[in-house]
Amino acid sequence: MSSPLQAFTNGIYKENPTFRLLLGMCPTMAASIAVSNGIGMGLAATFVLIGSNLIISLLRSVIPSEIRIPCYVVVIATFVTIVDLVMNAFLPQLHAVLGVFVPLIVVNCIILARAEAFASKNRPVSSIMDGLGMGLGFTLALAVLSAIREPLATGVIMAAADLGFNGIRLFPQRYAMAIVNQPVGGFITLGLAIGAVNLITAKKKKRSSDGAQGGAGK
Amino acid sequence: MKQLLVIMFSQALINNYMLSRILGTCPFIGVSQQFETATGMSLAVVFVMTMASVITWLVQHFILNPLGMAYLQTVSFILVIAALVQLIEMVIKKNSPGLYRALGIYLPLITTNCAVLGVAIINISSNYNLIESAVSGAAGGLGWGLAIMLFAAIRERQRLAPISEAMQGFPIALVTTGLLAMAFLGFSGFDVARFIGL
Repeated sequence: MSSPLQAFTNGIYKENPTFRLLLGMCPTMAASIAVSNGIGMGLAATFVLIGSNLIISLLRSVIPSEIRIPCYVVVIATFVTIVDLVMNAFLPQLHAVLGVFVPLIVVNCIILARAEAFASKNRPVSSIMDGLGMGLGFTLALAVLSAIREPLATGVIMAAADLGFNGIRLFPQRYAMAIVNQPVGGFITLGLAIGAVNLITAKKKKRSSDGAQGGAGK
Repeated sequence: MKQLLVIMFSQALINNYMLSRILGTCPFIGVSQQFETATGMSLAVVFVMTMASVITWLVQHFILNPLGMAYLQTVSFILVIAALVQLIEMVIKKNSPGLYRALGIYLPLITTNCAVLGVAIINISSNYNLIESAVSGAAGGLGWGLAIMLFAAIRERQRLAPISEAMQGFPIALVTTGLLAMAFLGFSGFDVARFIGL
């Protein structure tokens, strides 16, 4: 059992779903072509995570363990349908760009993984905080990746069609590399980003173990 | 007939589910360590994607549309696919133990393959009829299978290469997939309809 605050901070860095747990790769690469898409997808998944974690945590003593996966899937699909309809009504251009990936939030493994690993074993408040932390960790990862890809591909950052905002131009269009917006750019950017996070973590671990050898105990 | 050929090329190569639509990454990276397991997984995916395309088309056109409940698409499709995978597993286990030994361990993994739900939704939103949906599902599965088999063959070679510690495993797999996707970009300019004279 972890405290609500621990559950919240866990998802941001230590168990960041994208960089550390390596979950939910498809939407990560598909949605990180622009900062507004990345944040939109991240917040949609956050809403679904919080809702499904709450309901599954409340029902954890009612759901029989043999059929728990179908039960979780129904709860998750319900919240995904809510997001799908709301996004279609209020952010139609974002909905059009994300396309098939909005209904596909239902098979985003982050959500089922948190239902199984956390919400089915913890109290509602902790589960909400875990959903919020994991969701924001996912959103943060998407924002970082799309902040790398969007300017490289278009020369513009933070363009948001639904809000009528054209973005900030960093360099002229003719120097932009359109291939970064293709799946190719998604795979390579994510691969290098995970490599960079691994490198930082390894350096940190090395430093702390060096420190520990000089100091006392672990 | 020519229309079916266009759908086949488009689903298998031009809009390859893995390398161009980015669907089904988890099993793509997870089950591509060896060529044989990748082949088994591909067969299972082709089978399930074809079946799922047919069944979800029937659900959409004979249950959801007449009742005016198209907004329940996501909920009903994922349940139908989960049940279908379970059913296929039971039928194969009973009727053909050989096939079960080959595909058995991959089948449960397929429910989480987003290419399966993806093909169901894409078929409906492209307004395909029943035959077109079946062809689209089979071709999509074959395209995904082609990608994972190519990738597994590359990974078997890669095991001998000296790769820096931080990039080992998942990161280098993603970068390799990126290069494979770049090769498949070559198909994107291919106008099938004009090529076969439609």
